[in-house]
Parts: sequence; C-alpha cells; structure tokens
Amino acid sequence: MAHDVHEHVRTKEEYEYVRRQRAQEMRHMLTSFAMMIFLTLIAFTAVAAGFSTYLIVPIILLLAAIQVVLQLYHFMHLSNKGSGTIAFFMFSGMFVAFIVILTFVTIIWW
Amino acid sequence: MDINKKYTPHSWPDHPETATMEGKNKFVGFWLLLAAESVTFASLFATYLALKDKGPSGMEFTAAGLFELPLVFAMTMILLTSSLTSVYAMYHMKNHNFKSMQAWLAVTVLLGATFLGLEIYEFNHYVHLGFGYTNSAFSSAFYTLVGTHGAHVLFGLGWFIALMVRNAKRGLNTYNAPKFFLVSLYWHFIDVVWVFIFTVVYLMGVIG
Amino acid sequence: MSSNAQKSGFGATIWDYMTSVDHKKIAILYLMSGGLFFLIGGIEAMMIRIQLMKAGNDFLSAGTYNEVLTMHGTTMIFLAAMPLLLGFMNAIMPLQIGARDVAFPFLNSLGFWLFFFGGVFLNLSWFLGGAPDAGWTNYASLALASESHGIDFYSLGLTISGFGTLISGINFLVTIINMRAPGMTYMRMPLFTWTTFVASALILLAFPPLTIAIFFMVFDRLFGSHFFDVAAGGNTIIWEHLFWIFGHPEVYILILPAFGIFSEIFAIFSRKRLFGYTALVFATILIGFYGFMVWAHHMFTVGLGPTANAIFALATMIIAVPTGVKIFNWLLTIWGGSVSFATPMLYAVGFIPSFVAGGVTGVMQAMAPLDYQLHDSYFIVAHFHYVIVGGVVLAIFAATHLYWPKMFGTMLSEKLGKVTFWLFFIGFHLTFFIQHFLGLMGMPRRVYTFGADQGWDLFNAISSAGAIFMALGVIILLVNVIMTTVKNERVGNDPWGDGRTLEWAIPSPPPFYNFAQTPLVRGLDTYWIEKMEGNKEGMIYAEPLGDIHMPNNSFIPVVMSFGLFVASFGALYHPDDLPWTVPVIVLGLLITFGSMLLRSLKDDLGFHVHKEDLIKDREGVKTDGHQ
Repeated sequence: MAHDVHEHVRTKEEYEYVRRQRAQEMRHMLTSFAMMIFLTLIAFTAVAAGFSTYLIVPIILLLAAIQVVLQLYHFMHLSNKGSGTIAFFMFSGMFVAFIVILTFVTIIWW
Repeated sequence: MDINKKYTPHSWPDHPETATMEGKNKFVGFWLLLAAESVTFASLFATYLALKDKGPSGMEFTAAGLFELPLVFAMTMILLTSSLTSVYAMYHMKNHNFKSMQAWLAVTVLLGATFLGLEIYEFNHYVHLGFGYTNSAFSSAFYTLVGTHGAHVLFGLGWFIALMVRNAKRGLNTYNAPKFFLVSLYWHFIDVVWVFIFTVVYLMGVIG
Repeated sequence: MSSNAQKSGFGATIWDYMTSVDHKKIAILYLMSGGLFFLIGGIEAMMIRIQLMKAGNDFLSAGTYNEVLTMHGTTMIFLAAMPLLLGFMNAIMPLQIGARDVAFPFLNSLGFWLFFFGGVFLNLSWFLGGAPDAGWTNYASLALASESHGIDFYSLGLTISGFGTLISGINFLVTIINMRAPGMTYMRMPLFTWTTFVASALILLAFPPLTIAIFFMVFDRLFGSHFFDVAAGGNTIIWEHLFWIFGHPEVYILILPAFGIFSEIFAIFSRKRLFGYTALVFATILIGFYGFMVWAHHMFTVGLGPTANAIFALATMIIAVPTGVKIFNWLLTIWGGSVSFATPMLYAVGFIPSFVAGGVTGVMQAMAPLDYQLHDSYFIVAHFHYVIVGGVVLAIFAATHLYWPKMFGTMLSEKLGKVTFWLFFIGFHLTFFIQHFLGLMGMPRRVYTFGADQGWDLFNAISSAGAIFMALGVIILLVNVIMTTVKNERVGNDPWGDGRTLEWAIPSPPPFYNFAQTPLVRGLDTYWIEKMEGNKEGMIYAEPLGDIHMPNNSFIPVVMSFGLFVASFGALYHPDDLPWTVPVIVLGLLITFGSMLLRSLKDDLGFHVHKEDLIKDREGVKTDGHQ
C-alpha cells in the first residue's frame, strides 16, 4: 500500500493529447445531455398530448431506461476498463430490483 | 500516500480517483453501495406501485387528480442540468483545474438546493390540500418514496459542501480526488432514481 | 501503536478493542458478542423446551412464551449465527488472500458496533416493558396488533444491526475484489473466501428489502403511516414479500460460509486437495443466484395462486442440484484421503447426514400441495433446525476448534472437544428428529402448550431431553475455552500440521500487519504447494521487506453507533406523547451525523510500520515459535 503512487510527468505532447481527448469526451457528454433533455421532453409531451395509456406507458418506460443507460455509461463511466466486476454487481442489483417490482405488480394478492 | 504532495496538470494521473489503493477500494465499494441502493429504491417503487391510489373507503385523492406536471417538469430539468454540471466539475478535476471544479460544484449545489426547495414546496402544497403522510396507504407510500429520494438529495448537498469547504485551501491531491469523484457518482445515481420517479410516479400517475 | 497494548492494563485493553480497526481484533469482538447472544438464545431455547416437556405445563405464560420464541429465533439468526460467521470471515478471509487488513478497516469497526448496539437495544426489551412477540418473521398483521413496545424494539434494533451487516458485506466484497495478493486469482481462492464472497454479495442485495420493510413497520407503528394497515388501503402481504425476499437469501448467507468452513476442514483432515474445486465454486455461485428466486415458497399458503406457486416450487427444487453437487464433492474429498478424525473433522462428517436430512425435508416442502399440510407444523421446525443447527451451528463449532489456535495462539482441548461434539450431536438429533413426527401428527408450531389427550407427550418429553444434551455440550465447550485460556500453551504457525492455505503459513496469532511481506501465490492451496517443495518459510514473497502502511485506530465507530442507539429510544417512545421523544431523536441523529462529518473532515492517513521494526518482530516471532 505504501508504494502505489508512481508518478508520471507528461511531456508537452502527451499533455496536449490528453487535454484534447478530454475536451472531446466532454463534447460527447454534452451530446448525451442533449439527448436526455430531448427524451424527457418527449415523455412529458406524450403524456400532455393524452395518447392512449397502453401506448404511452411502454414508451415512457423505454425512454426512462435509455436515459438510465446514458447516465450509467456516459456520465458514470460504467464501461471503463476494469469496471467489469462492478458492472456485474450493478446488473445483479438491477436484476433483483426488477424481480421485486415484477412481484409487486403481479402477485401481491389484493 | 503523501497528502502534502503538490501536483501540476502535467503530473496529475490519468485516473486520479483510482490512483491510490484507498481510491480503488472506495471506487469499488461505492459502486457496490449503489447496487444495494438500487434494490432499496426498487423496494420503495414496488410498494408505491402496489399501494398507488389505495386508501380508506371514500378517499378523494388519486394520483391523476393530485399531481401537476409543470412543477415536476421544472424539477426534472433542474436535476438533469445539475447532473451535467457535476460532469463539468469532474472534467476540470481530471484536468487538475481546482478553481473551475469548485465553481461547477457550486453551481451543482445551487441547482440541487433549488430542486429540494421545489420539492418541499410541492409536499407543503399537498399537505395543505389534506394529503398528509398519514392520510392513506397511498400517501404513505408516495411520501416515503419521493421523500427518501429527497433525503438523498439533502445528504448529497451536505456532502458536496463539506468537501468543498474542507478542501478549499489545499487544492486537489490523490487523497481527496476519490472523494470528489464519489460524490459526483452519487449525484448521478440520484438523477437515475429521479428519472424513474418522474416517469413512474408522476407521468404514469397523471395518465391514471 | 496497537502492538504494544498487550502488556498494558485491563482498561487500556478494553479501550484498545473499542477503538481497534484490526480485522483480527474485530473478529474476536464478533466472536465474544456473538457467543454471548448465542448463550442468551440458547437459554431461551431451553425455556421453550422446559415449557413443552409435558402437557399443560405452566412454566411460561402464553404471552411470555410468545416473547421467548420470538427472541429465540431473532437472537439466534441475527445476533448469534450471523455475527459468529462474520467473526470467522473477519479473522480468516484476509489471511487467506494474503491481505494486511480488509479494504475499509474503519467501516469494519463501524459494522461491528452497529451490530452490537442493535443487539443490545433488541435485548433491552426484556427490561423495558416486554420483548417482541410476533415471531422472528414478525408478520405485519400480527405485529401491528401487538400492544407492548416489543415489536418496536425488534424493528429499530434490527435496523441498526442490519446497517452494520450491510457495511460488513460491502467491506468483504471490496477486500476480495481488490486486496488479493499477487497471483491469487479468483480460481485460486480458498473455498472459505469464495463462500464469504458470495455470502457478502447476498448480504449486499438482500438486506435493503429488509431495511425497507422494517422502516415501513417503524413508520406504521410509530409515525402513523398505513403501509400494512388494510383499513387505510395498506397491504399486509407487502411485509411478507419484502421479508422473505430478504429471508431466503439470509438462509444462504448463513449456510454458504458454513459450507466454506467444511470445505476447508475436509481438505485439511483428509490431507487431500478438495475434490472438484471448480464445481464447488460454481455450485456456490449458483446457490447464491437461485437464492433470490425462491422466496415465495415460504408463502405457498398465502394464496398467491397456482401459477406463482408452481414457478416458485420448481425454482426451489432446482436448488437441490448445486447443493447435491457439493455433498458429493465433499464425500469424494474424503474418499481415498488419509483421514484424521480431529474435532473439526468430526463436526464435518456429522454435518453431512444431518444437513442432507434437512435438505431432503426442504425438497418435500418445495412441493406446494404437500406444503399446505406441513405449513406451520413442527415438521417445519424440525426442517429448519436440521438446516441451521445441522449446518450452520455445527460449522460454527467446527470453526471454533479449527481456527481457535490461529486466532488466539493456543489449541482447544481435543478431548473435551470430542465430548462436546458427541453430546451436542446426539442431543441435536434427539431433539429435532422426533419433531418431524410431531409435525406429521399435527402439532402446530408456536403454541405454548398442548393437551394430554393429543398424544404428543412422549415425543415432546424426548425432544426436551435431547435439549439437555445440547446444553451440556455447550457448557463443556465453555469449560474448554476457559481451561485452554488459563493453560495458554502456545502453538506454532500450523498447529494442525496439514494446513493448506495462507493463514497457516504465518504465526498464530498473526502480527497485526499479518504479512511482513506480501506473499506471491502460485496456485490453489498456496501453503501446501510451498510445503511440498520444501520451502521452510511457507511462502515466497512478492515484494522486498519495506515499510508497511497501516490504518489508525478510531473511537468514532462507537460514537456513531451510539447515536443511532439514542435516536432509537426517541423513536420508540414517540407514539406515547412524551415531550422528550423528538429532541432525543434529533440528539441521536446529530451524534451520528456529526461524527460522520468529523470523520469526513479530519484527515486520517494512517501510520507506517518501519522496516527495522518488522525485522525485530520477525526475530521475536522465531523464538516464540520454538517455545
């Protein structure tokens, strides 16, 4: 534990390269954000427009799911190298979450 | 790990949040906590769905009659934007630009506080209509789900502020970088939960 | 820092343990408090058996009996079995993977103190107006009607200790993911580490539903919400679902580490590599995975409908497959081995038939139509005691004998150990085997007495007689512990002589930094490989001797847990319209969150153990080893 920080000082070229890469990544983030706003708008508009419930519910749930994927993979970097284990646990958590919700909308016995 | 070590943008590691063993542990541990939080919120969502519009006989409140979309839309936009501003903060953290990071974190905190203010206003409004916590099974489930999210927002704000104040004078190092990174992860997770809340509680509530 | 505390006085030792973040000391704390709660739960069990030893007995009143049976179940599951297993995980798992401590030493301490204060809070109910009396499952329809504060002690106490368990689970997961020594790949991890890993994953995903369910219970009873109140639109089945979504994985949280302990024992005392290591690992993962899809088999008689019952019945039966795989692997490990029947091995061999019996009755109950007959009868009581006592408790006793020298540096008496085993084993079967028949004869569980005309007298008397044997076994174990501690004959690194994994390559007890140099792992059963190649040191090293970074002790975990303990009293008396309840809640939460903030603001960078001290230590240890 004592010797886990090994310092690496970048050359000017490396530094410029990393900066450019990060700036580009940030532009991707902005695109994701624009998409999230757009998806939210669609969801709210669809409800406000008053289409049939059976049409709207699956659509807005799908939009929510896409937004979550954008958050997890773009904003939270779940796809980064070395994130395999945590992704496994996160998806296990979502699996259990899904089962719980499925149960409570089907066999809650009312 | 030497806390007094000064970094420059050139010597700042590519992944400062996982540059130390402590950072790696915190990173993995926090994601595991988020997995547990997913199940926590799933239990709350499931209960809400089971108890939606359920109350004592003659209860006048239903989701369709109660919720108003404009306010929720504003809250959603504010929270989504705060998610982006925290991304900006992390962008500057990775570039070892402490001042800009603090500035974007401050914006995030302001947006989060606005969100929380609107939520308190909303709850207050419902309570004045007579839809209190003890009104019905529906009201209990609604306030517990949305309130738990609100409590998370409050905790996140406190966390942001504590970190900003504590580190204001000493800048970024590999000791506090993981802390800033985790609170931003936490903030995104809060946003993820809200996406489901506005979809499942409010949008699906309004259409009945 | 913590290394020179041994020579100081009693108060200093207490302080050292209260502030320690060393996984080995926390393990001892878990063992002591888990052992204490085990004795309390055992006394409650004896009271149950005394009450039921003859028809129409009036040793306990009906109300008291309900409290005793509730506290027996709750104490044994949450405050005895789990902490004892967490204790062994803490003591052994970091050593097995070659780590100097767990990933979050501070959180490790916090997890223990939360559990401890939660357990104390729950047991204070005996003195403050009555214990919980709705069974350990605390079904909402019954619990909401309970008039004393007992149920509130249950919900608040388990909330606190549940947080502690969740924290420990995350901690172990991160430790195993990040802190393995070089060369220790996942498929080279000892089986006890593997089962710790899977059990911790189950803790991670199973405790949140319980926490939420208990929160609902707290709000319903104390703050006027209506989650379970049918008259106000609530739904009492929500509790049952959330409880069992937690409750079934909980069974695996208990039994998987037990499997891990027995896997270690079979390999050590058969002097053979574990048969089918890979199959055992995948069976463990599979059991963990299925564990989340079978909970409704506890609710067959609720009326979920034939479709749901059929799905959950099938899923339940499937679990028998990986469990069967494990049983055969253990049998084949023994087969052809050079078996020595030391005390741990006796427990392991006794475990196989006992657990198989419990498993088979489990498959019987998986058949929903038959379960309608068996539900809430003594057959169920017999079944789960066969699984929990025949599996988990035997494993805890076995691990106590196996790891005692590693944790305390001295060996428990083998002679007394064997006496304990035989008394306990015979007593266990005497008590519970006959309860199967009581169940089939129609005796319902959780009734405080029965009539002389029902024909259950003899079998209940036999069952109660068996309980005396179990109690004697436990008393002799205590005597064994005291005698061993007094004698204090020190032992070397590998007291059983056949240790296979890394923990046996280092001194007993290990120095507080465990490994002076991080080991390099070259295969499964690391220490065995090195022994076979004639390596006197027992391991090869992945790094040169250098300074070691260790975490500081901290008193904050105790304060943080104490805050929740205080807040719980405020919440508990909140519905009684007392003026002080809200201030007490606020005060308690301020203590907790204040200490959390303090922890966050105060830099805690740990300290370094210097190379020279390590060399000194090592020489000291060498002379110790020759004593």
